Amino acid sequence: MSYLTLSITLIFVVIPLLLSKTLNLGLERDTIVATLRSIVQLLAVGYVLKFVFDSESLVYIFLMVALMIVAATHNAQKKGAAIQGITSKVAVTLISVEVLTQGILLGFNITPATAQYIIPISGMVIGNSMVLSILFLNRFTSEIESHQDETELILSLGGTPKQAIHTQLINSIKASMIPTIESQKTVGLVQLPGMMSGQIIAGADPIQAVQFQLLIMFLLLTTAAVTSVMLGFLSYPTLFNRRMQLMKKDLI
Amino acid sequence: MSINYRPAVHFNHVAFSYGETPILTGITGSFPEGKITTLVGPSGAGKTTLLKLCNGLLSPQSGEVYIKDKPIEDYEPVDLRQLVGIALQSAPMVGGTVYKNLSLPLELQGKSLSKAQAKELLHDVGLEEELLDRKVKDLSGGQRQKVSIARTLVNKPAVLLLDEITSSLDRTSLKEIEELIVKINKKYGTTIIWITHNLQQAREIGDFTWVMMNGEVVETGESSLLNDPANDKVRQFVMGEAQ
Repeated sequence: MSYLTLSITLIFVVIPLLLSKTLNLGLERDTIVATLRSIVQLLAVGYVLKFVFDSESLVYIFLMVALMIVAATHNAQKKGAAIQGITSKVAVTLISVEVLTQGILLGFNITPATAQYIIPISGMVIGNSMVLSILFLNRFTSEIESHQDETELILSLGGTPKQAIHTQLINSIKASMIPTIESQKTVGLVQLPGMMSGQIIAGADPIQAVQFQLLIMFLLLTTAAVTSVMLGFLSYPTLFNRRMQLMKKDLI
Repeated sequence: MSINYRPAVHFNHVAFSYGETPILTGITGSFPEGKITTLVGPSGAGKTTLLKLCNGLLSPQSGEVYIKDKPIEDYEPVDLRQLVGIALQSAPMVGGTVYKNLSLPLELQGKSLSKAQAKELLHDVGLEEELLDRKVKDLSGGQRQKVSIARTLVNKPAVLLLDEITSSLDRTSLKEIEELIVKINKKYGTTIIWITHNLQQAREIGDFTWVMMNGEVVETGESSLLNDPANDKVRQFVMGEAQ
């Protein structure tokens, strides 16, 4: 696609701008900012990727993945600010998910150890793990706040912190995983996944595009499960002190 | 308080604060073993905080709490909370049936409660055994509070802490709960520490009373002190409650 053709696609930005203006939605500024940011960010990433692919250096691949993890951690930890040391817990979770998934992919020779595969797949895994972390932390903090009575009840009857928080933890893990599982149930029926569509548009064989899409979907199931469970089990102990007391001040 | 009784719970210069806000200051005194002591005083006096210090749901910033002459931090938290049970005003329940709630304390220890034991517990607190399989959300306020007390009794606590358990009950349920607590006290020799806003209840049921205001204990003694308080603030409080 030439830059001239690409510029014509700005019609798709003009339409929402006109609608916003006509209906007084007040979204013109946000729409323009979003458009400019996506142009600058994606073009920058495009050039960086081109440089990294051409260099074929493992150091650059590592730096790209590290940058993704730092940005994702920064974004996700905001939702769990009430949990002590949440930044390191999110970082450890994202790193573990990345190491586990790439370990399996490269270890079993499923994908080649090149930047062209490692970086886009890492992006999907880390991005998905970030969204899962946000969903989990949102749900977990609200579950803890709304069920403080139950938590304290179990502690007061001689239960351990793990027993006292078990229901809230399981509910939060399940709730954060449901969107991933549900979206996979309807995939192909309601929408064609972005990566598969992109490959097909770029001229790839649809069956091969589907195979890659399946790989990504299975990968995202593991990502969802490991992220929620790991973050959950890393987070809950910090809500209690060594005397098995719920530290309420951290929840306010 | 009378020195003739062995203390079940003893506070020695205990202070507690939430952040910068002091809740309790310089609390010293004992709750006699096998007796019913009521805690009275205006809202915000620190009564619930004091109760939670007794079973380690909170820890003091300074001072010591002793349970049966042993410093509270020498107890494992799990053992302490089985020894010192608490029933709360809201009578929180885990979802499900009455049986599920009664089983909870033993379940937490990896044990199970037989249906026969559960029925005996219901009988002990004056509830019909047919309630065993009823959903807790279908219980009345009085029934709920009795189930909460029965559940606390599963651990056979030596000390039972009660936090305004009758404040939202009708007169009949209130009387039934009062009788139940006296029965538990007499039958098992359980030490009772009972927060109440009902001064009549404190006079009739309590052997002793602590009057608390602004995080301090302003007067302690036999419950009869509420009839003729020596302390001016307590006198004002008692007169205010009576009106």
